[in-house]
Amino acid sequence: MCTVCGCSKGESRIEGKNEHSHPVHGGDSHHYGHGPAHAHAHAPGMSQARMIQVEQDILGKNNEYAKANRSLFISKGILTLNLVSSPGSGKTTLLVRTLQDLQDELPLTVIEGDQETSQDADRIRKTGVPAIQINTGKGCHLDARQVGHAIEYLSPADASILMIENVGNLVCPAAFDLGEAYKVAILSITEGEDKPIKYPDMFHAADILLLNKIDLLPYLQFDIKKCIEYAQRVNPGIQVLQVSAINGEGMSAWYQWIRRAHQIQLSSRTAYSIL
Amino acid sequence: MHEMSLCESVLQVLQTEADKQGFNRVKAVWLEIGDLSSVEPEAMLFSFDVVTRNSLADGAKLNIISVPGDAWCTQCAKNVLVQQHFDQCPDCGSYQLQVTGGEEMRIKELEVE
Repeated sequence: MCTVCGCSKGESRIEGKNEHSHPVHGGDSHHYGHGPAHAHAHAPGMSQARMIQVEQDILGKNNEYAKANRSLFISKGILTLNLVSSPGSGKTTLLVRTLQDLQDELPLTVIEGDQETSQDADRIRKTGVPAIQINTGKGCHLDARQVGHAIEYLSPADASILMIENVGNLVCPAAFDLGEAYKVAILSITEGEDKPIKYPDMFHAADILLLNKIDLLPYLQFDIKKCIEYAQRVNPGIQVLQVSAINGEGMSAWYQWIRRAHQIQLSSRTAYSIL
Repeated sequence: MHEMSLCESVLQVLQTEADKQGFNRVKAVWLEIGDLSSVEPEAMLFSFDVVTRNSLADGAKLNIISVPGDAWCTQCAKNVLVQQHFDQCPDCGSYQLQVTGGEEMRIKELEVE
Protein backbone atom coordinates (compact mmCIF):
# COMPACT_ATOMS: atom_id res chain seq x y z
CA MET A 1 0.00 0.00 0.00
CA CYS A 2 1.05 3.55 -0.60
CA THR A 3 3.17 4.84 2.27
CA VAL A 4 2.14 8.44 1.81
CA CYS A 5 -1.59 8.38 1.41
CA GLY A 6 -4.74 6.40 0.97
CA CYS A 7 -4.68 7.61 -2.64
CA SER A 8 -7.63 9.51 -3.89
CA LYS A 9 -8.49 10.40 -7.43
CA GLY A 10 -7.40 13.83 -8.55
CA GLU A 11 -6.03 15.96 -11.27
CA SER A 12 -2.65 16.72 -9.81
CA ARG A 13 0.41 15.43 -11.58
CA ILE A 14 4.09 15.13 -10.72
CA GLU A 15 6.34 15.74 -13.71
CA GLY A 16 3.37 15.36 -16.01
CA LYS A 17 2.44 11.91 -14.68
CA ASN A 18 -0.45 11.09 -12.45
CA GLU A 19 0.82 11.26 -8.88
CA HIS A 20 0.13 7.63 -8.29
CA SER A 21 2.21 6.27 -11.10
CA HIS A 22 5.35 7.10 -9.14
CA PRO A 23 8.05 4.47 -8.60
CA VAL A 24 6.99 3.38 -5.15
CA HIS A 25 3.63 2.02 -5.99
CA GLY A 26 3.79 2.02 -9.73
CA GLY A 27 0.41 2.34 -11.21
CA ASP A 28 -3.16 1.49 -11.29
CA SER A 29 -3.38 -1.16 -8.65
CA HIS A 30 -5.18 1.16 -6.28
CA HIS A 31 -8.84 1.24 -5.74
CA TYR A 32 -10.93 3.16 -3.38
CA GLY A 33 -13.30 0.65 -1.96
CA HIS A 34 -15.01 1.48 1.25
CA GLY A 35 -14.74 -1.92 2.89
CA PRO A 36 -17.45 -4.43 3.55
CA ALA A 37 -21.02 -3.30 3.34
CA HIS A 38 -22.82 -2.88 6.61
CA ALA A 39 -26.02 -4.66 7.35
CA HIS A 40 -28.95 -2.40 8.01
CA ALA A 41 -32.38 -3.27 9.28
CA HIS A 42 -35.15 -1.33 7.64
CA ALA A 43 -38.55 -1.06 9.25
CA PRO A 44 -41.19 0.52 7.01
CA GLY A 45 -42.50 3.79 8.30
CA MET A 46 -39.75 4.15 10.89
CA SER A 47 -36.99 6.67 10.36
CA GLN A 48 -33.49 5.37 10.90
CA ALA A 49 -32.10 8.85 11.34
CA ARG A 50 -29.64 9.36 14.19
CA MET A 51 -27.06 11.90 15.25
CA ILE A 52 -23.34 11.19 15.30
CA GLN A 53 -20.67 13.29 17.01
CA VAL A 54 -17.61 13.52 14.81
CA GLU A 55 -15.42 16.34 16.16
CA GLN A 56 -12.77 16.13 13.47
CA ASP A 57 -10.64 18.79 11.88
CA ILE A 58 -11.62 19.25 8.22
CA LEU A 59 -7.96 19.49 7.32
CA GLY A 60 -7.14 16.57 9.61
CA LYS A 61 -5.96 14.39 6.76
CA ASN A 62 -3.73 17.09 5.28
CA ASN A 63 -2.36 17.79 8.74
CA GLU A 64 -1.47 14.11 9.21
CA TYR A 65 0.53 14.11 5.97
CA ALA A 66 2.13 17.41 6.98
CA LYS A 67 3.12 15.93 10.33
CA ALA A 68 4.70 12.93 8.61
CA ASN A 69 6.61 15.23 6.24
CA ARG A 70 7.75 17.39 9.15
CA SER A 71 9.05 14.41 11.17
CA LEU A 72 10.96 13.22 8.12
CA PHE A 73 12.49 16.67 7.64
CA ILE A 74 13.46 16.93 11.30
CA SER A 75 14.94 13.43 11.44
CA LYS A 76 17.07 14.14 8.36
CA GLY A 77 17.94 17.72 9.27
CA ILE A 78 16.31 19.05 6.09
CA LEU A 79 15.27 22.70 6.26
CA THR A 80 12.05 23.11 4.26
CA LEU A 81 10.78 26.53 3.23
CA ASN A 82 7.32 27.06 1.74
CA LEU A 83 7.48 30.08 -0.59
CA VAL A 84 4.12 31.76 -1.03
CA SER A 85 3.08 34.87 -2.95
CA SER A 86 0.71 36.18 -5.56
CA PRO A 87 1.52 35.45 -9.22
CA GLY A 88 4.13 37.80 -10.61
CA SER A 89 5.87 38.72 -7.35
CA GLY A 90 9.18 37.53 -8.77
CA LYS A 91 9.17 34.36 -6.70
CA THR A 92 10.86 32.17 -9.30
CA THR A 93 13.46 34.83 -10.13
CA LEU A 94 14.23 35.22 -6.44
CA LEU A 95 14.48 31.46 -6.05
CA VAL A 96 16.78 31.08 -9.06
CA ARG A 97 19.13 33.77 -7.75
CA THR A 98 19.12 32.21 -4.27
CA LEU A 99 20.00 28.80 -5.71
CA GLN A 100 22.78 30.24 -7.86
CA ASP A 101 24.29 32.06 -4.90
CA LEU A 102 23.98 29.25 -2.34
CA GLN A 103 24.39 26.01 -4.28
CA ASP A 104 28.15 25.79 -3.77
CA GLU A 105 27.70 26.22 -0.05
CA LEU A 106 24.60 24.14 0.72
CA PRO A 107 22.88 21.10 -0.84
CA LEU A 108 19.56 22.30 -2.30
CA THR A 109 16.47 20.80 -3.93
CA VAL A 110 13.25 22.38 -5.17
CA ILE A 111 9.60 21.40 -5.48
CA GLU A 112 7.73 23.61 -7.93
CA GLY A 113 3.96 23.97 -7.76
CA ASP A 114 1.95 25.41 -10.64
CA GLN A 115 -1.45 24.73 -12.09
CA GLU A 116 0.05 23.76 -15.43
CA THR A 117 3.40 23.46 -17.32
CA SER A 118 6.88 22.52 -16.12
CA GLN A 119 8.39 25.88 -17.15
CA ASP A 120 9.41 26.79 -13.62
CA ALA A 121 11.04 23.45 -12.84
CA ASP A 122 12.91 23.76 -16.16
CA ARG A 123 14.15 27.20 -15.12
CA ILE A 124 15.32 25.82 -11.78
CA ARG A 125 17.06 22.79 -13.31
CA LYS A 126 19.10 25.11 -15.52
CA THR A 127 20.87 26.26 -12.34
CA GLY A 128 21.95 22.64 -11.76
CA VAL A 129 19.74 22.19 -8.69
CA PRO A 130 17.45 19.11 -8.76
CA ALA A 131 13.80 20.16 -9.07
CA ILE A 132 10.48 18.45 -9.43
CA GLN A 133 7.28 19.93 -10.82
CA ILE A 134 3.86 19.32 -9.32
CA ASN A 135 0.96 20.42 -11.49
CA THR A 136 -2.11 20.91 -9.39
CA GLY A 137 -4.54 20.86 -12.33
CA LYS A 138 -7.69 22.50 -11.06
CA GLY A 139 -6.19 22.89 -7.58
CA CYS A 140 -5.17 26.30 -6.30
CA HIS A 141 -2.55 25.21 -3.75
CA LEU A 142 -0.10 22.44 -2.92
CA ASP A 143 -1.13 20.00 -0.21
CA ALA A 144 0.97 17.89 2.12
CA ARG A 145 0.12 14.66 0.31
CA GLN A 146 1.48 15.97 -3.00
CA VAL A 147 4.64 17.14 -1.26
CA GLY A 148 5.01 13.71 0.38
CA HIS A 149 4.91 12.07 -3.04
CA ALA A 150 7.30 14.61 -4.53
CA ILE A 151 9.83 13.88 -1.76
CA GLU A 152 9.81 10.22 -2.74
CA TYR A 153 10.88 11.22 -6.24
CA LEU A 154 13.31 13.91 -5.19
CA SER A 155 15.00 12.15 -2.23
CA PRO A 156 16.54 15.30 -0.73
CA ALA A 157 19.87 14.63 1.01
CA ASP A 158 20.31 14.73 4.77
CA ALA A 159 21.09 18.21 6.10
CA SER A 160 19.97 19.82 2.82
CA ILE A 161 17.56 22.65 2.10
CA LEU A 162 14.28 22.00 0.30
CA MET A 163 12.54 25.00 -1.22
CA ILE A 164 8.88 24.56 -2.11
CA GLU A 165 7.55 27.17 -4.50
CA ASN A 166 3.81 27.09 -3.90
CA VAL A 167 1.17 27.99 -6.47
CA GLY A 168 1.00 31.78 -6.93
CA ASN A 169 -2.02 32.54 -4.78
CA LEU A 170 -2.33 34.58 -1.59
CA VAL A 171 -5.46 32.85 -0.33
CA CYS A 172 -5.56 29.06 -0.34
CA PRO A 173 -1.94 28.06 0.39
CA ALA A 174 -2.30 29.78 3.78
CA ALA A 175 -4.56 26.99 5.03
CA PHE A 176 -2.52 24.00 3.89
CA ASP A 177 0.42 23.00 6.06
CA LEU A 178 3.00 21.13 3.97
CA GLY A 179 5.24 20.17 6.88
CA GLU A 180 7.62 23.05 6.23
CA ALA A 181 9.73 24.68 8.93
CA TYR A 182 8.82 28.21 7.77
CA LYS A 183 6.42 29.95 5.40
CA VAL A 184 8.19 32.67 3.45
CA ALA A 185 5.83 35.27 1.94
CA ILE A 186 7.09 37.28 -1.00
CA LEU A 187 5.45 40.56 -1.89
CA SER A 188 6.72 42.79 -4.66
CA ILE A 189 6.47 46.54 -4.38
CA THR A 190 4.64 46.69 -7.72
CA GLU A 191 1.63 45.17 -5.94
CA GLY A 192 0.49 47.84 -3.50
CA GLU A 193 1.35 48.30 0.16
CA ASP A 194 -2.05 47.19 1.46
CA LYS A 195 -1.71 43.54 0.33
CA PRO A 196 -1.02 42.35 3.90
CA ILE A 197 -4.41 43.57 5.12
CA LYS A 198 -6.22 42.62 1.91
CA TYR A 199 -4.98 39.04 2.25
CA PRO A 200 -4.46 38.79 6.00
CA ASP A 201 -4.56 35.00 6.30
CA MET A 202 -1.37 34.54 4.33
CA PHE A 203 0.61 37.27 6.05
CA HIS A 204 -0.64 36.02 9.39
CA ALA A 205 0.61 32.51 8.59
CA ALA A 206 4.02 33.62 7.25
CA ASP A 207 7.18 33.66 9.38
CA ILE A 208 9.10 36.08 7.20
CA LEU A 209 8.18 38.58 4.50
CA LEU A 210 10.48 39.36 1.62
CA LEU A 211 9.65 42.70 0.00
CA ASN A 212 10.92 42.12 -3.51
CA LYS A 213 11.75 44.39 -6.48
CA ILE A 214 13.01 47.24 -4.29
CA ASP A 215 15.22 48.27 -7.23
CA LEU A 216 11.99 49.73 -8.70
CA LEU A 217 11.36 51.97 -5.70
CA PRO A 218 12.41 55.22 -7.47
CA TYR A 219 9.75 54.65 -10.12
CA LEU A 220 6.83 53.72 -7.89
CA GLN A 221 4.74 55.28 -5.20
CA PHE A 222 5.09 52.47 -2.72
CA ASP A 223 5.08 53.29 0.97
CA ILE A 224 7.43 50.68 2.47
CA LYS A 225 6.89 51.87 6.02
CA LYS A 226 3.12 51.58 5.65
CA CYS A 227 3.42 48.12 4.11
CA ILE A 228 5.56 46.86 7.00
CA GLU A 229 3.14 48.42 9.47
CA TYR A 230 0.23 46.58 7.80
CA ALA A 231 2.15 43.29 7.84
CA GLN A 232 2.89 43.73 11.54
CA ARG A 233 -0.75 44.48 12.29
CA VAL A 234 -1.72 41.13 10.87
CA ASN A 235 1.30 39.38 12.34
CA PRO A 236 3.14 41.26 15.12
CA GLY A 237 6.07 38.80 15.04
CA ILE A 238 6.74 38.86 11.28
CA GLN A 239 10.26 39.65 10.15
CA VAL A 240 10.59 41.80 7.01
CA LEU A 241 13.55 41.90 4.61
CA GLN A 242 13.78 44.24 1.63
CA VAL A 243 15.37 42.60 -1.39
CA SER A 244 15.88 42.84 -5.11
CA ALA A 245 16.37 39.53 -6.89
CA ILE A 246 17.50 41.49 -9.96
CA ASN A 247 20.33 43.65 -8.59
CA GLY A 248 21.01 41.55 -5.49
CA GLU A 249 20.30 44.29 -2.96
CA GLY A 250 19.38 42.90 0.46
CA MET A 251 19.89 39.31 -0.67
CA SER A 252 22.77 38.69 1.75
CA ALA A 253 20.42 39.30 4.71
CA TRP A 254 18.06 36.71 3.23
CA TYR A 255 20.92 34.22 2.87
CA GLN A 256 21.94 34.87 6.46
CA TRP A 257 18.37 34.15 7.52
CA ILE A 258 18.46 30.84 5.58
CA ARG A 259 21.80 29.84 7.16
CA ARG A 260 20.44 30.54 10.65
CA ALA A 261 17.22 28.63 9.96
CA HIS A 262 19.34 25.74 8.65
CA GLN A 263 21.43 25.70 11.84
CA ILE A 264 18.23 25.61 13.91
CA GLN A 265 16.94 22.71 11.83
CA LEU A 266 20.21 20.82 12.32
CA SER A 267 20.04 21.30 16.07
CA SER A 268 16.44 20.00 16.02
CA ARG A 269 17.79 16.87 14.36
CA THR A 270 20.33 16.45 17.12
CA ALA A 271 17.57 16.84 19.72
CA TYR A 272 15.43 14.36 17.75
CA SER A 273 18.17 11.73 17.61
CA ILE A 274 18.78 12.03 21.37
CA LEU A 275 15.09 11.41 21.99
CA MET B 1 -11.64 28.16 -4.30
CA HIS B 2 -10.02 25.96 -1.68
CA GLU B 3 -13.52 25.52 -0.23
CA MET B 4 -13.87 22.86 -2.93
CA SER B 5 -10.90 20.91 -1.53
CA LEU B 6 -12.19 21.43 1.99
CA CYS B 7 -15.55 19.95 0.97
CA GLU B 8 -13.72 17.01 -0.60
CA SER B 9 -11.97 16.48 2.74
CA VAL B 10 -15.34 16.63 4.51
CA LEU B 11 -16.72 14.01 2.11
CA GLN B 12 -13.72 11.75 2.77
CA VAL B 13 -14.41 11.95 6.50
CA LEU B 14 -18.08 11.14 5.88
CA GLN B 15 -17.12 8.06 3.88
CA THR B 16 -14.69 6.87 6.55
CA GLU B 17 -17.27 7.43 9.29
CA ALA B 18 -19.91 5.56 7.25
CA ASP B 19 -17.65 2.50 7.23
CA LYS B 20 -16.78 2.84 10.89
CA GLN B 21 -20.20 3.67 12.27
CA GLY B 22 -22.37 1.78 9.79
CA PHE B 23 -24.63 4.25 8.02
CA ASN B 24 -25.62 4.63 4.37
CA ARG B 25 -26.75 8.18 4.04
CA VAL B 26 -25.89 11.54 5.50
CA LYS B 27 -28.86 13.87 5.88
CA ALA B 28 -27.18 16.83 7.56
CA VAL B 29 -23.70 18.00 8.49
CA TRP B 30 -22.70 20.58 11.12
CA LEU B 31 -19.38 22.35 10.68
CA GLU B 32 -17.72 24.75 13.07
CA ILE B 33 -15.97 27.45 11.07
CA GLY B 34 -13.95 30.13 12.83
CA ASP B 35 -14.34 33.75 11.74
CA LEU B 36 -10.54 33.91 11.36
CA SER B 37 -10.24 30.72 9.29
CA SER B 38 -9.69 31.26 5.60
CA VAL B 39 -13.13 29.93 4.75
CA GLU B 40 -15.97 31.75 3.05
CA PRO B 41 -19.21 30.12 4.30
CA GLU B 42 -21.13 30.96 1.09
CA ALA B 43 -18.47 29.29 -1.06
CA MET B 44 -18.50 26.33 1.32
CA LEU B 45 -22.27 25.87 0.92
CA PHE B 46 -21.98 26.05 -2.85
CA SER B 47 -19.03 23.65 -3.05
CA PHE B 48 -20.64 21.19 -0.68
CA ASP B 49 -23.62 20.72 -2.97
CA VAL B 50 -21.35 20.18 -5.96
CA VAL B 51 -18.90 17.84 -4.24
CA THR B 52 -21.51 15.64 -2.57
CA ARG B 53 -23.56 15.05 -5.71
CA ASN B 54 -24.08 11.29 -6.28
CA SER B 55 -22.38 10.49 -2.98
CA LEU B 56 -23.72 9.23 0.33
CA ALA B 57 -24.33 12.87 1.24
CA ASP B 58 -26.24 13.83 -1.92
CA GLY B 59 -28.80 16.46 -0.93
CA ALA B 60 -27.52 16.69 2.66
CA LYS B 61 -28.01 19.99 4.44
CA LEU B 62 -24.85 21.78 5.44
CA ASN B 63 -25.07 23.85 8.62
CA ILE B 64 -22.25 26.22 9.45
CA ILE B 65 -21.76 27.26 13.05
CA SER B 66 -19.51 30.27 13.14
CA VAL B 67 -16.98 30.63 15.94
CA PRO B 68 -15.96 34.18 16.87
CA GLY B 69 -12.32 35.26 16.64
CA ASP B 70 -10.60 35.47 19.97
CA ALA B 71 -7.22 37.03 20.72
CA TRP B 72 -4.97 37.77 23.68
CA CYS B 73 -4.10 41.43 23.93
CA THR B 74 -0.57 41.71 25.30
CA GLN B 75 -1.18 45.32 26.38
CA CYS B 76 -4.45 44.74 28.28
CA ALA B 77 -3.39 41.22 29.34
CA LYS B 78 -6.82 39.81 28.56
CA ASN B 79 -8.79 38.08 25.82
CA VAL B 80 -10.74 40.21 23.36
CA LEU B 81 -13.05 39.50 20.43
CA VAL B 82 -11.74 40.20 16.92
CA GLN B 83 -13.35 39.92 13.50
CA GLN B 84 -10.21 39.99 11.35
CA HIS B 85 -6.54 39.19 11.66
CA PHE B 86 -5.73 42.89 11.33
CA ASP B 87 -8.18 44.14 13.95
CA GLN B 88 -6.88 46.25 16.79
CA CYS B 89 -7.77 45.63 20.41
CA PRO B 90 -11.29 47.05 20.88
CA ASP B 91 -10.25 48.41 24.30
CA CYS B 92 -6.73 49.83 23.95
CA GLY B 93 -6.28 50.03 20.15
CA SER B 94 -3.08 47.94 20.15
CA TYR B 95 -2.24 45.57 17.30
CA GLN B 96 -0.17 43.36 19.61
CA LEU B 97 -2.72 40.57 19.54
CA GLN B 98 -2.11 36.81 19.65
CA VAL B 99 -4.96 34.89 18.05
CA THR B 100 -6.22 32.24 20.48
CA GLY B 101 -9.43 31.07 18.83
CA GLY B 102 -11.60 31.40 15.76
CA GLU B 103 -9.28 29.65 13.29
CA GLU B 104 -10.97 26.26 13.56
CA MET B 105 -12.51 24.26 10.73
CA ARG B 106 -14.14 21.25 12.32
CA ILE B 107 -16.78 18.69 11.45
CA LYS B 108 -18.89 18.66 14.56
CA GLU B 109 -21.79 16.28 14.06
CA LEU B 110 -23.85 14.46 11.46
CA GLU B 111 -27.40 13.34 11.03
CA VAL B 112 -27.28 9.96 9.34
CA GLU B 113 -29.45 7.00 8.50
